[in-house]
Amino acid sequence: MLFAKPLGQLGRSLWIEWRIALRFLADNPLQTFLISVAISVGAAVIVFITALIMGLQNNTIDKTLGTQAHIRIEATRQHNILSAAPHGQYLWVLESPRAQRLQTINNWQEVRDALDQYGVLTTVSPLITGPAFAQNGTARASIALMGIDPNRYDGIIKLQDYLRAGRFSVGASDVMIGSQLAEDLGLRVGDKLRLDAGDDRQAVSKVVGVFELGVRELDSRYVYTDLKQAQTLLNLPGGITMLELKIADIFDAEHWAQRFKKLTGLHVQSWMETNSQLLNALSSQSMTTQMIRVFVALSVIFGIASVLAVSVVQRTREVGILRAMGGSQQQILRVFLLQGGLLGLAGSALGVLVGYSLVQLFNTMSELLFVIRLEPSMLLSAIMISTAAGVIAAAVPARRAAQYDPAVAIRYV
Amino acid sequence: MSNSQLTVSQITGQAVLQLDKLNKIFNADTPLQNHVLHDVSLRVCPSELVALVGTSGSGKSTLLNMMGLLDVSTSGELRIQGHLIQGMSEQQRTQLRSESIGFVFQFHHLISAFSVLDNVLMPLMLRFGKPSKEQIEYAEHLLNEVGLSNYIAQSTSRLSGGQQQRVAIARALVTRPALVLADEPTGNLDTQTADEVFALFERFNVEHQCAIVIVTHDPRLSARCPRTIRLTDGRIVYDGPSADLPSVFTVTP
Repeated sequence: MLFAKPLGQLGRSLWIEWRIALRFLADNPLQTFLISVAISVGAAVIVFITALIMGLQNNTIDKTLGTQAHIRIEATRQHNILSAAPHGQYLWVLESPRAQRLQTINNWQEVRDALDQYGVLTTVSPLITGPAFAQNGTARASIALMGIDPNRYDGIIKLQDYLRAGRFSVGASDVMIGSQLAEDLGLRVGDKLRLDAGDDRQAVSKVVGVFELGVRELDSRYVYTDLKQAQTLLNLPGGITMLELKIADIFDAEHWAQRFKKLTGLHVQSWMETNSQLLNALSSQSMTTQMIRVFVALSVIFGIASVLAVSVVQRTREVGILRAMGGSQQQILRVFLLQGGLLGLAGSALGVLVGYSLVQLFNTMSELLFVIRLEPSMLLSAIMISTAAGVIAAAVPARRAAQYDPAVAIRYV
Repeated sequence: MSNSQLTVSQITGQAVLQLDKLNKIFNADTPLQNHVLHDVSLRVCPSELVALVGTSGSGKSTLLNMMGLLDVSTSGELRIQGHLIQGMSEQQRTQLRSESIGFVFQFHHLISAFSVLDNVLMPLMLRFGKPSKEQIEYAEHLLNEVGLSNYIAQSTSRLSGGQQQRVAIARALVTRPALVLADEPTGNLDTQTADEVFALFERFNVEHQCAIVIVTHDPRLSARCPRTIRLTDGRIVYDGPSADLPSVFTVTP
């Protein structure tokens, strides 16, 4: 209520500024059209590039992170413990690194329950994994045995979606194998295979499902079973080797990994650490996009500014008349600021439309590659930013017009 | 307008416009210094019709710009309806201009992007925003009075020079100003059209009770004004009834 009156006054006095700004733009339709097209090309490029890069990055991230956890927690690495050097003497040591045998995470149930309390984590899934051989007749293949909690593992990899044959089930004697492994060993759903984890720990299991994650390495090595069978085979009764986590905002992974490291004292790695090259690529892509956007926006701003600078000179006499008719400097200023804003608005609205069509065209042409999604909020912000940019671009010419000496301006021919 | 009325208002001090020792120096304190107005003092009373004459370069236009608050003096005092201009901010001067002064220029100076009616309404719209029904009716009434009621919605670019000047006169009067300033309003028109336009000034001077100062080169027209002020080299050399203007000045420059 407090602002109602001043706002009403501003609205009333802005009426004529709107009118003059619109008339001035309509009075020179070719100029208005050309600059609007220029702005719209800029806006379309920004919209399309942004959408394209976002689509590309989302696609890359999906492909990469779809089959792995965002954060992995493992037991502390083993290292040599050296005795202290006697006082006043130095100790020369030739140290050979320790072999990292399979280790279980101490009190993993407690760690899991503690992590469950964090809202940022969407999934906390225990995993026991270790090397083994799979054997069918005389064919052998080295595999990664994956003992999972089927309910929780769903949040890490939704195996259901990758199943090629059979059903999703892990159990005492049920295993799911990758499609490549099935081919290598000549296995089909219902067939038996022998798992050998060394030291005479063997089991015969039935293939109940064949999955294909789309990553050859994983499809030829992963064999899923339940926690218990894996624990027995890998000789880690009741233990797990890893806690896998998924996080809501994937780019927060490293931050949280550091926190969990401090919290648990365990060996924690985020996907950002293990995929630093991918991250590099993503961030340099983002930077390139950002630069393209900034430069296109700059060229649009200078385009508006130059057109308005010319327009202000063309309108010199009119500005003088308006001043003589009682128009204030502020009114003249607002007339040209509004023109800048209107050009930005019209141009970007058109540009967003063009950008949107380009994206649709891209989606129909490259159906198999990946689909670009356009967020309505992105389109809206593109329009709002362009409108603001138009007002900013108009600032210098508008100030110049407002400061014309009316006595001189009116004689301008 | 009779001389007796003029004298009464001068005595009671109800001047619309009062100038005291006004000086204007362009480019002061530089080699290009140009002293355009020297100690110009005059007063214009309500409902007066004054011709301002002089050769080109005599300072007429500069003086008119001062009167219209489009330019500020270097020294001296200027009052519009008793308000002292010196010391006012740009904004205050704009407001006073918008409330008290109407302009008519030599080249009619309409805004071609707007219709005839919008041009007339422009001073009101700049001051009040969206025009009221009464304001629109008054603007239409004025256009009717200048004989342009058939051109209200047209673009100004289709009008002849005389018609455009008549629109400009209607525009100058729409705010019911106390003072109308006209800078060679007939300078661009042929004799007959000039006479018609000038007749409008005479008529509105009486009907609308506004003081009018007209800068003109045309001795026939200045002779029709009751009072003439003659400027030579920035100084007032004559200020009195037009009929008494020494004949040496009536020679067309």
